[in-house]
Amino acid sequence: MIPELGTYSTILALCLSLVLSVVPMIGAHTGNKLWVDYARPLAKGVFAFLTLAMLCLGYAFLTDDFSVVYVANGSNTALPWYYKISAIWGGHEGSLLLWVWIQAFWTLAVAIKSRNLPLDIIGRVLAVMGMITSAFLLFILFTSSPFDRFLPNFPMEGGDLNPLLQDFGLIVHPPALYMGYVGLSVAFSFAIAALLSGRLDAAWARWSRPWTNVAWAFLTLGIALGSWWAYYELGWGGWWFWDPVENASLMPWLVATALIHSLAVTEKRGVFKSWTVLLAISAFSLSLLGTFLVRSGVLTSVHAFATDPERGLFILGMLIFVIGGSLLLYAIRAGSVKSESSFALSSRETLLLINNILLTVSCAMVLIGTLYPLVMDSLNLGKISVGPPYFNALFVPLMALMCIFLGLASVSRWKQTPLRLFVQQLWLPGVLALVAAFVSHGLYNSAFEPWVLLGLFLAWWIVFCWLRDFSNRLRQRGVMSGLLRQSRSYYGMLLGHLGVAVLVVGVAMVVLFVEHHDARMGPGDEVQFRNYTFIFDGARHVEGPNYISDMGRIRVLKEGQPYRIMYPEKRVYTARGMVMTEVALDPGLFRDLYVAMGEELDNGAWAIRMQYKPFVRWLWLGALFMTAGGLLAASDPRYRKQAQRDAQAAMPAQASQSS
Amino acid sequence: MRKWLVFTPLAIFLGMGVFLLQGLFNDPRVLPSALINKPFPEFNLPSLYEPETRLTQDDLKGEVALLNVWATWCPTCKEEHEQLNRIGLQEGVTIYGLNYKDDPELAREWLAQYLDPYAKVIVDADGRLGLDLGVYGAPETYILDAQGVIRYRHVGEVNEKVWQNLKGLMQAIAAEGDEV
Amino acid sequence: MKWGSLLLLLMLAWPALAIESYDFSTADGERRYNQMVRELRCPTCQNQAISDSDAPLAADLRREVHRMIEEGYSDDYILEFMVNRYGDFVHYRPPFTSQTWILWFGPLVLLVLGALAVLRIARNRHITPVEVKAQQQELPSALSPQEQARLQALLKSAPQETQQETKS
Repeated sequence: MIPELGTYSTILALCLSLVLSVVPMIGAHTGNKLWVDYARPLAKGVFAFLTLAMLCLGYAFLTDDFSVVYVANGSNTALPWYYKISAIWGGHEGSLLLWVWIQAFWTLAVAIKSRNLPLDIIGRVLAVMGMITSAFLLFILFTSSPFDRFLPNFPMEGGDLNPLLQDFGLIVHPPALYMGYVGLSVAFSFAIAALLSGRLDAAWARWSRPWTNVAWAFLTLGIALGSWWAYYELGWGGWWFWDPVENASLMPWLVATALIHSLAVTEKRGVFKSWTVLLAISAFSLSLLGTFLVRSGVLTSVHAFATDPERGLFILGMLIFVIGGSLLLYAIRAGSVKSESSFALSSRETLLLINNILLTVSCAMVLIGTLYPLVMDSLNLGKISVGPPYFNALFVPLMALMCIFLGLASVSRWKQTPLRLFVQQLWLPGVLALVAAFVSHGLYNSAFEPWVLLGLFLAWWIVFCWLRDFSNRLRQRGVMSGLLRQSRSYYGMLLGHLGVAVLVVGVAMVVLFVEHHDARMGPGDEVQFRNYTFIFDGARHVEGPNYISDMGRIRVLKEGQPYRIMYPEKRVYTARGMVMTEVALDPGLFRDLYVAMGEELDNGAWAIRMQYKPFVRWLWLGALFMTAGGLLAASDPRYRKQAQRDAQAAMPAQASQSS
Repeated sequence: MRKWLVFTPLAIFLGMGVFLLQGLFNDPRVLPSALINKPFPEFNLPSLYEPETRLTQDDLKGEVALLNVWATWCPTCKEEHEQLNRIGLQEGVTIYGLNYKDDPELAREWLAQYLDPYAKVIVDADGRLGLDLGVYGAPETYILDAQGVIRYRHVGEVNEKVWQNLKGLMQAIAAEGDEV
Repeated sequence: MKWGSLLLLLMLAWPALAIESYDFSTADGERRYNQMVRELRCPTCQNQAISDSDAPLAADLRREVHRMIEEGYSDDYILEFMVNRYGDFVHYRPPFTSQTWILWFGPLVLLVLGALAVLRIARNRHITPVEVKAQQQELPSALSPQEQARLQALLKSAPQETQQETKS
């Protein structure tokens, strides 16, 4: 009964969201306030029914209802309860339901939080979000329902959740990532609403800025969580593989990063308006494209397509409708937009434009690299692989340029910045960064690496440039009042840019100074590594709730003194017979020790992989800083105050419209 | 200029859409052989039934034939075996077998049990020939022409549909051989 | 490894970690080996480098790479050996050919175009420094008088903030 209830409430949510996508749109168009007012209750209704559907699916998992195909494939009676809950999004169907539920959540949030916006805008925004929700719900109901049953015969035991997904990282990674992907639909909907209403003014940018910041922060967090999970769960010690599915998440991130900067310029200065709209459309379009790449099987797996050709076609149709439609609208409407102000070549506007160019070119590069094999194949030009050597060779220089301009932007001013100001302000940070780079490289006791030096220089450059800007601001008003006077947006920006510096340090150090050794180790064997000694004490059998395991014991000595004992494991998950590597980690701010067990050899000896990973935590630390920065900036009370002012200004307009 | 420029994103997207649509109908996992139109790699390996007899690339020349890479550990090989029996035993097409990374004893038992469609079976126990041939997943089936040159590779199960395709190709290759 | 590949994992058996302990006669050889096995793609599992894959074929290829390095062959020779057998697919670094120049130089061309666009936009904007107010009047969108009033209100409030942000 409960799964059927889930289907019914999904269908009801579809009905409501179809109404949501039509009625407020017509209301906004004809100036019918009553029809626009339907948007909010409808958004609430869609969210309520989808929440019910999620609860139904959760109930089916918790009660081991293996008559439901999706549950039987992705769960098992021996699975701990918390993994049963995360198993809701452990497969294609359920993860789509999670996606659309989050979509409904964002729609609800916009409906509640934007009481101050002009009615015709809010009507159009919610209607566009309703359309997206409808499209996904149609996809779920026609091709990918998680509530389908095996009838009349169903299995007594489930196939189990993939062991790789039985992990904390995978409980939190998909919801965070989807919050980001789907959150970009808010900026998208605002852009479409602005295009439809023909009012591409600075107010539009201000309304969508906080939403975009939040979505971007979640996307950053989601990607970081995925990288962190891959690092400790896959057992190779890698944290980014340039895999097509990773690229699918990086592309919207790059464009969203460009978008949050471009929105700032549009809001403050009224320039780049049509460009910002295009970025808002592109960011969400790339999220959708990622969905297509991942779920249709064109790049990674033939199985998804072979089992169900409809899915790929359905998503492609959806892409054509959503992306094609919005780009067409853009082409028709954006041509006539004019800028509201002027700026000089040497100005903050230009620097932010450069930031946008670098980010979009990086995104285009990732897109070209990801799709090139597909295009070559379609044209029968043979099969090639585009992998890490390509992406690293092109992405790293682009990002290095980005870091240099990021420093320059710190002291720049709107409209015009005399070139001598840059020299005057930034020669000191430049020199300091160079010195600090040499000193910090020297402090890290290892062979000289020019690339590490460059990475450290860029990181210090960013830090010192922004410190310069910060100290300028404090000097103006005195330290205490200066600290208090700065807005949350400003602190958010500082934090985000500091995150970039931290990330750059992490990448440079871990890529070039990683030490790695695979060894055959019998009981009692020792391996020396930097100032650590690893001694293998042998392995023993251990039984877990749904797996059996060989657990190794490795004593680690630091400079000859006992330091700690590490227990890497090799697990066999019984339901699927899958072998998994459980890495033993000794995390630290400046280095991780990473031990993984390979195959059992002979006489109790094992193949063991030991790695020393300097500064690897800084990768995710940097991403966390960026996330925090994005959220802090979004929480700036300025947006709410300004929205109220906008609303007051718009009041008479509405009154005249509805009369 | 600008009127025209605002249409570029749409044009790029639609162009991409064409390739994405086409991508749906291509299988990203199937690789063409890198050895097409190249002679079969040199080898010197024992025959399955007479381990003292050495087979070389010259033993595969003389007529247009199939070469099937198989092993007893490969489930798909079992699925396609009946089809191979029809091709080799009923239609009389020459099929060479390449027993890939397998135990010869098990291989002989398997052929005794399921019938042997192969004209000759090469034993490649350590997979060196498979490596030279670019084998990446058994079963694979190659078409060799009369000079022992590799003309085509099919990866995966040979079923009736695949066989009709292979048969057409083999006839075309045989015909061009007659012309020369 | 993102969410999508997890979906993929549900369908394919994910090979466990591959660890071997090859001995190398030189440290340079070990470095080259580690580099090489990361650049070669496993043809069987397709989404992993042979360094990470547990597929038997990946193990064979690692053994070959190790053998050739120990026998003193150059990196180019080893790559050619692999490409001759498995095609360009096996190398994660696509070759420079007439078919891949868009791949390698396309982003560079875009970057140059972007730089030109920056120059053009900034110069255009600067040549005609029109007063904000004057531009407002020629805006094509049909603003109602009320909306005009609202816009003016917005513009009045905006400069204060702009100042706050730019003072440095």
